[in-house]
Amino acid sequence: MHIPDGYLGPYTYIAFWIIMIPIWYYAGKKLNTELKSRQVPLLALSAAFSFVIMMFNVPIPGGSTGHAVGGAIIGIVLGPWAALIAISVTLVLQALMFGDGGITAIAANCFNMGFVTPFVGYYIYKLISGNSEITSHIRIIASAVAGWLALTLAAFCAGVELGIQPILQHTAAGTPLYMPYPLSVTVPAMLLEHAFAFSILEALITAIIFTYIQRTDTSVFYGEISKNQMKKNKNAALTEV
Amino acid sequence: MDKMIRNLTIGLVLLIILAPLGLLAAGTAYGEWAPDELKDKVGFVPPGLEELSGIWNAPMPDYSISGAEGSMTLSSAAYILSAVIGVVICGGLLYFIGKKAAKN
Repeated sequence: MHIPDGYLGPYTYIAFWIIMIPIWYYAGKKLNTELKSRQVPLLALSAAFSFVIMMFNVPIPGGSTGHAVGGAIIGIVLGPWAALIAISVTLVLQALMFGDGGITAIAANCFNMGFVTPFVGYYIYKLISGNSEITSHIRIIASAVAGWLALTLAAFCAGVELGIQPILQHTAAGTPLYMPYPLSVTVPAMLLEHAFAFSILEALITAIIFTYIQRTDTSVFYGEISKNQMKKNKNAALTEV
Repeated sequence: MDKMIRNLTIGLVLLIILAPLGLLAAGTAYGEWAPDELKDKVGFVPPGLEELSGIWNAPMPDYSISGAEGSMTLSSAAYILSAVIGVVICGGLLYFIGKKAAKN
């Protein structure tokens, strides 16, 4: 899903820089107010994990390949804003150092994989989990569905960005200047290969890591309070009375 | 918590070692074709795409080192090296950013 240089015309890639700069700025502010010291090693691990998981290219029939991103599980564990920063840093390094994703397309790629993936992942997980216990099995399913939908929607966005190029920028004669395939080709292609392959991998990874953390220490989850913390809050409330 | 970080780190190291499995996938991801691959598909290279595609020369394109392409052993080694570079830089940067953010 790493869009290379040349596939998006300036109208599109500049628009995404304009969209992403305030989002990055706000994410930085959120990180400053929300991140706790004990989460720092997890944040570092998350970026490293996302980098490596994207190197696991999976072949599918038809000669295409793809990979998971890990964005949903990072969003669920550390919150979508922290995940956005971790994945963005990863994508910038991939573009600059390894030519994976274009430098003009960094903002668009960060929108798809760094923004859409963790936000969809986190909110779908929260939506399905509802008021269930943090240790409940429902949440494992919630995390898997969240992972699947997160990557599928990110792929849909990438498909739309690619597919609008022939409409947006072409020569006077109508020859596309950038991505030549239209929406009717790019969107189904991106959606199908993710929905039936790479998003399933994302769902599996999300559920496996979720289950491990759920069984080890639920207090690390973003927006969840540990049992100790709950007791402390209760005690504090009692002493106040 | 410390045990969890340790176990997740072990998992990450395993992933790094297994990373060359990702090299077995032979094709190109959708929409990530090199200009000549695109030419084979649609018969021409869109002029804007051709111009922009060479805008950046990455030092280790496709997680490889020049000269390593022919041999599976060398390209696997280069792939693992790429993963290590990625882990050290991304992990290091986020650790630094995280430490600064957590202080505030």
